Amino acid sequence: MKKFLSAFFALLITALTFSFSSVSASALAKKSDIEALRGTKLYVYNWGEYISDGEDDTLDVNAAFTEKYGIQVVYDTFDNNETMYSKLKSGGVSYDVVFPSDYMIERMISEGLLEKIDFSNVPNFSYIPEKYRNLSYDPTNEYSVPYTVSYVGLIYNSKMVYEKPDSWAALWDENYTNDILMFDNPRDAFAIAQSLLGMDYNMESETAWRTAAALLKEQKTVSPGYVNDEIFLKMESGEAALGPYYVGDFLTMKENNEDLEFVYPKEGVNYFLDCACILKGTKNKLAAELYLNFLNEPEVAQANAEYICYGSPNEAVYTNEDYEYYQNELLYPEEGAFKTQIFRNLSPETLALMSTLWDDVKNYIPSNGSYRYVFFGDDTSPLATKEDLSGDATKYGICIGVFLLICLAYIIFRFARKRYRENI
Amino acid sequence: MNKRTNLRAKLISSPYIVWSVLFIVAPLIFVVYYAFTDNTGAFSLLSIQALPKYIPTFLRSIWFGIVATIICLIIAYPLAYIISKKTDKVQRTMILLVMLPMWMSFLIRTYSWMAILQDTGIINSFLMKIGLPPVHMINTGGAVILGMVYNFLPYMIMPIYSVMAKMDLSMIEACQDLGGNGLTVVRRCILPLSMPGIVSGITMVFVPSVSTFYISQKLGGGSFDLIGDVIERQFQQSYNYNLGAAISLVLMVLILASMAVMNHFSEEGEMVI
Repeated sequence: MKKFLSAFFALLITALTFSFSSVSASALAKKSDIEALRGTKLYVYNWGEYISDGEDDTLDVNAAFTEKYGIQVVYDTFDNNETMYSKLKSGGVSYDVVFPSDYMIERMISEGLLEKIDFSNVPNFSYIPEKYRNLSYDPTNEYSVPYTVSYVGLIYNSKMVYEKPDSWAALWDENYTNDILMFDNPRDAFAIAQSLLGMDYNMESETAWRTAAALLKEQKTVSPGYVNDEIFLKMESGEAALGPYYVGDFLTMKENNEDLEFVYPKEGVNYFLDCACILKGTKNKLAAELYLNFLNEPEVAQANAEYICYGSPNEAVYTNEDYEYYQNELLYPEEGAFKTQIFRNLSPETLALMSTLWDDVKNYIPSNGSYRYVFFGDDTSPLATKEDLSGDATKYGICIGVFLLICLAYIIFRFARKRYRENI
Repeated sequence: MNKRTNLRAKLISSPYIVWSVLFIVAPLIFVVYYAFTDNTGAFSLLSIQALPKYIPTFLRSIWFGIVATIICLIIAYPLAYIISKKTDKVQRTMILLVMLPMWMSFLIRTYSWMAILQDTGIINSFLMKIGLPPVHMINTGGAVILGMVYNFLPYMIMPIYSVMAKMDLSMIEACQDLGGNGLTVVRRCILPLSMPGIVSGITMVFVPSVSTFYISQKLGGGSFDLIGDVIERQFQQSYNYNLGAAISLVLMVLILASMAVMNHFSEEGEMVI
């Protein structure tokens, strides 16, 4: 019996030591794994202006990451999901971490471009609340860690509109001819038309897409400027009265032009998340996971949220009273205050249809405005100070006349000087 | 002996041959390959069949290219003549001034034209300051043509100038001695002599004007496409390399055809001499 007991204890002890040693061994191995990453490189592909970079005394996130882990971050930027996708698909680049939006994540998962994340290496994922997890594009949340959440809305210049817009229809309003901006990418532009028509953003019906395209063609009678990032310049300088864009960027514009206002149109808007993902074929997966974890450290996430001005899905940030946009009603609107829809991946056929329809929209020239495309148009905006037309003509006449007189005087002067010199 | 010089010539030229095969011939083969396949790589005429819908865009691009080229020629020809008649020192300075904007990025220069032309831009704020109503210039065809002329004018001035600078003055004098008045001298002597410069100037302006995409996006506000925009979008956004390649192929054929026509003119010009 004694023997049995001692044997039992011996077994127990060995088992215990074994289990203990195995636990500590794995933790140790992990630490040494992390140590072993010193001097390696991590290739990150993110949106432009989408990380706190140390400008104006902000936190330089990439430098801080390098300092902490000794891993060098090689950082590149893209300006839209499609460019990023084309570049990854065409090969020749190898990144470890990318930041696609929701529908693009779904597409990349379905094409096997993303690597599953080992969430045990991303403990800070616990800061992401339930409402930002397991969303439609990644239902089991194995591939993505949310980075920003935001909405599309309508930006307008309060000094240039005759009434507060509350509908996407304002972008079709002929009173704002030449003063309207529009998205220069098909998905966002179609979403606005689809909102107006009360359609689903992710519909697969060809006739429905054609109806939306017809509406976008109709918009060309007000000569919208199709823009991407130039919207910053155009809205801030008062060049345009209305334009749809992302709420986070509106906050940046507002800092430069106090007259700008923002509204969530009643027909509904696009709600989107950009997430950090790891690419398949990464050569530095653990470093990539450390990076994702680092981005969700509360102070890092807050620095990013304040720099980018987009909403943060990180609970430690948006519940922090010191956070610059704490309870900002534009970035964190009440749930259900307006209709939102999220983009899903479309079938290849619908994507191809959308591309050709978008080509049609861009190439369409409305019959009433065709002269504008060859000559300098007139300013039909009712908001510009406009006087009697004949008065304008006289003014221009006088100006041109004065200019011609100056030229004539100069020629006569040259001629006279020449004669004078010849006489000498 | 002859064989050895041959071999040497071959050795010297081999890097250039490798270069042009790698970076000129191979991409051309890729363009043709993509134009006649679908996204699975199988032979397909789908992309070619999709082309007719882009005919208006092609026509618009060609029209814009022609207008820009003509304006460039009208500005550049007298200017090149004037420069070539100055003293060496003045010539050098003026050519430097022509070249100077090209030291800056083409993208930045076009972007700054946006700030100059827009409704609240430099020109319009000046007009409003002196009490004139603003003129809407940005996002019109005129603005795009202005951008093309501004960006490609040096390519017209330089070849015409270099021909004019080398022109044999005794020819012009002979023309005058034979009783030609000013107009006859220009028409029968200077113009034919400078024809090679004009031809290469026209090609160097027309080709980039037709295929440009950045200018129309920034100065035209993206409200109407030129063919370069369509191609760029197929590669960047739609991920439709096949259609993009098919349009590029047609564009290349069009440009080759127009260059052949131009070369025909230049040969005639030489015959006049």
